[in-house]
Amino acid sequence: MASEAHASDGSTGYIIHHLTPFSVGEGFWTLNLDTLFFSAFLGGVFIWFFKTAAEKATTGVPGMVQNFAEMLIEFVDAQVKDSFHGKSNLIAPLALTIFCWIFLWNCMDLFPVDIFSTVGSLMGLEYLRVVPSTDLNATFAMSISVFCLIIFYSIKIKGPWGFAKELLFQPFGPWLMPFNLLLKLVEEIAKPISLALRLFGNLYAGELIFILIGLLPWSLQPLLSFPWAVFHILIITLQAFIFMVLTIVYLSMAHEDH
Amino acid sequence: MSINATLIGQMITFTLLVWFTMKYIWPPLFESLELRQKKIAEGLAAAEKGQEQIQLAEKKAKSLLLLAKEESAGIVTLAQKRANEIVEESKDSAKKEGERLLLAAKAQIEQEIQQTKESLRKEISALALSAAEQILGAEIDKTKHKEILTKVSKQL
Repeated sequence: MASEAHASDGSTGYIIHHLTPFSVGEGFWTLNLDTLFFSAFLGGVFIWFFKTAAEKATTGVPGMVQNFAEMLIEFVDAQVKDSFHGKSNLIAPLALTIFCWIFLWNCMDLFPVDIFSTVGSLMGLEYLRVVPSTDLNATFAMSISVFCLIIFYSIKIKGPWGFAKELLFQPFGPWLMPFNLLLKLVEEIAKPISLALRLFGNLYAGELIFILIGLLPWSLQPLLSFPWAVFHILIITLQAFIFMVLTIVYLSMAHEDH
Repeated sequence: MSINATLIGQMITFTLLVWFTMKYIWPPLFESLELRQKKIAEGLAAAEKGQEQIQLAEKKAKSLLLLAKEESAGIVTLAQKRANEIVEESKDSAKKEGERLLLAAKAQIEQEIQQTKESLRKEISALALSAAEQILGAEIDKTKHKEILTKVSKQL
């Protein structure tokens, strides 16, 4: 794919160039360095911001940073309290991390598409894709982590036998055991796949449209990219929110004992 | 567009982020939120209590004022009564004094009348005596007719 993109020119080349990650390695052991770097960097931004707020946290009149951090915390906490009725020290921080991290990933989408690749090529990088959520690896990494937590909590709360019973005997009772198992497996596996693909699809498509707008004559670009960017502010927040809420819902389902 | 080892790297990053958030970010921020909530609730409760106390104090002040008004009204009526009494008393005593003075004056007048009568009587008896002396000449001896003379003068 990379060599094709390099070879071809024109609009196809432009599009492929923007959507190819900067990677090292071969086969499965390829590492998309841009995804790793930008997601870690944005994770650092997230940690730095909230750590600052947490260190300066007072019970008196809060400063701007603390105020904003607390707003997010209260927002996430309200979501968790709405759908999750158990008691867990993990779920709320998990939801906060997911929301903020995905939001920051998606925010990279709002930077003009050519800025980073131009800077990257000046620095000698052949490709640079700055939006981690347009990398399936990033979205799947998160959804698979969530999936692992779902399985872990299902077994922890219901016990291995209880979890197995749920897989085998629901929803149609013990006489349709194989069918139940099939249905349940599809249901469970659909969770991480839908989580990852929804986020990836939205952001990939959004980025693609920005790239397509980038192909237009410069005088037309603002006319289209401005409304699309404004609309995208909604999309990036919504996608982060959906991922977070679904994570909470899935985990609360894992906590529910039938 | 393929799944590769980036996935593993991302999962590690994600795990670290969640762990860090869980350990160092969520608890202090949430704690400060809860503490502030408590503080605000306490402040509101204190304000409410203060308001209640103010109302209570107002009520108390009103009742005190009412009491004071009643008391002062009582004092005023008492004072009026007392003043009336004093006036009556002084009227009474003035009346009595006047009567007493009148009586004394009357007594004095009576006394003076008596005295005047006495002196007139004496003068008249002396005059009558001298007239009788002149009429009778030296025939009447004062010492001899003293008895008669006194009798006459007493009849006067």
